[in-house]
Amino acid sequence: MITSKNLTKTFGSKRAVDGVSMVLEKGHIYAMLGPNGSGKTTWMKMAAGLMKPTGGEILFNGEPVGVESRKHVAYMSTEPYFYTWMTVADAGKYYADFFEDFSMEKYEELLRRMELEGSMKTRSLSSGMAAKLKIAVTMARDAQVCMLDEPFNGIDLLARDEIRACILQEASPEKLLILSSHLVEEMEAIADRAIFIREGKLVEVRDLEEMRDLDGVSMADRYRAIYGHVEGV
Amino acid sequence: MEFDPMKPIWAQVARQLKQQIVSGALAPGSKLPGGRDLALQYGINPNTAARIYQELEREGVCATRRGMGTYITEDEEKIRSLRESMIREALERFLSDLAGLGIRREEALVRLQKEEGKA
Repeated sequence: MITSKNLTKTFGSKRAVDGVSMVLEKGHIYAMLGPNGSGKTTWMKMAAGLMKPTGGEILFNGEPVGVESRKHVAYMSTEPYFYTWMTVADAGKYYADFFEDFSMEKYEELLRRMELEGSMKTRSLSSGMAAKLKIAVTMARDAQVCMLDEPFNGIDLLARDEIRACILQEASPEKLLILSSHLVEEMEAIADRAIFIREGKLVEVRDLEEMRDLDGVSMADRYRAIYGHVEGV
Repeated sequence: MEFDPMKPIWAQVARQLKQQIVSGALAPGSKLPGGRDLALQYGINPNTAARIYQELEREGVCATRRGMGTYITEDEEKIRSLRESMIREALERFLSDLAGLGIRREEALVRLQKEEGKA
């Protein structure tokens, strides 16, 4: 569904994404892993069509990512999103105007699950509530690909269960979900594949159940093995 | 349910379902949740949930009826033999834990009877 072919992005002399080649298939939930600055966000932004590659290609269903693919790819960035004047209900309308696949019914259901009210002002939301609202506006779309960059950041332990449940609810044989998070343990049971990226380069893509079965290691163990010796981790 | 992330999750859930079948908490012939619902119930990936039913079917503990869903076997003999093999596994684990403490089988029996006497 998404093909990354020797994908590269440089900022000055820094290679943020460095020759990443992989094929991500529908029907799976991928955990995208790597320490800060390893290139996860840059890769996602190119897949979302928000950033142009310096080299290589990124394809959605065989076609280069662009205006057309953006209709089918939902992406939640780590940056804050909402205008200060917006209420939670306004945020929904704003997204509904942008995306044809935005479902108001689904949005309202997500708000209920996230314990958010339409009348709440976005500027007075706590950081945890704002994080949940970002997830709600992204997942209210019926997109073929859903990418969530750090969906568990700033969200307390109990609300994380609800977010995991929403992600599983969204999963289907026809959809591709990609989650990036430092909270590796949060994704252990919901993801079935893991993408390990180090310093802009792809280390490997693994099937998690197969890895547990063959190597007897968890995703978190594998993470430690790959990045454990990297300074500053 | 808490998972051991170092072991396949499908096997851990399959084991719990088999325990429920053996204990009677899940009755013979009863319908199991669909794969999607099983995934939501346990908070696991839907592909992992599908794998659980594949394995239970392979073992003959469950059967999928086309368009109807997955059902627990009504074959009492099958459930009896599942029960036997799970009891044997539990005993082996128990004895091997004690063996790890340097306790032989005969001594293990004596200790078990003593504990039983206290209870």
